[in-house]
Amino acid sequence: MDAALIPGSGVVRSGTLESKRVEEAVASVVDPEIPVLTIEDLGILRSVEVEDGTAVVTITPTYSGCPAMRQIEDDIRAVLDRLGVAKAEILVTHSPPWSTDWMSEDARSKLEEFRIAPPVASEDVLCPTCASDSPRLVAKFGSTACKALMVCTSCGEPFDWFKEFR
Amino acid sequence: MIDTEAPSVALYVAHGDDNLILAQRLGEWISRAPELEIDIALGNFALDHLGVARALYTRAGEIEGAGRTEDDFAMMRSEREFTNLLIVEQPNGDFAHTIARQFFFDVYQSLLWPELCASEDEALAGIAARAARENAYHLEFTTGWMVRLGDGTEEAHRRAQTAVDDLWQFTAELAGDRLQAWRNEVASVLDDAGLVVPDDPYQRSGGREGRHTEHLGHLLAEMQWMQRSYPDLEW
Repeated sequence: MDAALIPGSGVVRSGTLESKRVEEAVASVVDPEIPVLTIEDLGILRSVEVEDGTAVVTITPTYSGCPAMRQIEDDIRAVLDRLGVAKAEILVTHSPPWSTDWMSEDARSKLEEFRIAPPVASEDVLCPTCASDSPRLVAKFGSTACKALMVCTSCGEPFDWFKEFR
Repeated sequence: MIDTEAPSVALYVAHGDDNLILAQRLGEWISRAPELEIDIALGNFALDHLGVARALYTRAGEIEGAGRTEDDFAMMRSEREFTNLLIVEQPNGDFAHTIARQFFFDVYQSLLWPELCASEDEALAGIAARAARENAYHLEFTTGWMVRLGDGTEEAHRRAQTAVDDLWQFTAELAGDRLQAWRNEVASVLDDAGLVVPDDPYQRSGGREGRHTEHLGHLLAEMQWMQRSYPDLEW
């Protein structure tokens, strides 16, 4: 199986020295709704390939209706433009579909630092402020498509939970 | 049964139409829902359906190979060319009505997406796999609300039963070949909710052939007006 088809396998890169700079710049584009995470951390960047001055970037949506996709495409184009890449093609793939298994371990710790509970089953969510294991679900739909709103019954702090999606 | 080996452009468009028209209806709730949480929930449902529609239209255009984009499918076809199910074009009515329509649709989609996950077309299988997960979450929400309304106050119960009775005429078309499985699932939730499964045999259909109720034309007029008046307009 192609490495790109397994969750958590990271981004496929073309590997040549000249393209390395481009790949790193694209991978560092942040999610506009959760700016502590890059598109690489989230696992929505599938591949970056550079050949003869053309960059082909493949991304996949998290939720079908993620409204940040267009912004992410624009941000990738802006990064490539700044690097002087003459031609850029951004492809959107639906296969294999994204799940929270595509997120990196790094992403989970970054979310916790940002006081967002990382994706685990709803009964295993810990309060990102006091680590209490008894949060209460307030709303199944939160500030973005990928999050729900919870409140800690111990310290009283409301917080976002990045929903487990798999 | 849908032929999963050779999905046709019409199949992508039909399911795209269901999702787009329902998204447009749900969007009408934004800023008008009974509570902020519900406003956000219905907006999120709409976004998921819109995203599914966009992916299916884009894929339909690729397979067709005639250069049609997602916008061409959504904005440049007229009423008779839309092949959505009649239930999704029905007006929102009250909150109970919207929830019953959504619950019926979610049960249908819980049967549909697992079938399409087995498609030979990897893109369709991927779209279906993601939509199946989203739908499971939607169905939890709508099942919860069906029970809360049916088992709630006298007024909530009355409104929920009226919604179920009014929408029943569109459900044979909705469930299609999956009617028995659909009815079993719906009946079990209606039972939990203390609601009665209607026994009125009257059923309407025609959506898949482009024969719609009067409501679709009005919805399209509002949705397409800008694009039709100013072709190729961009933000």
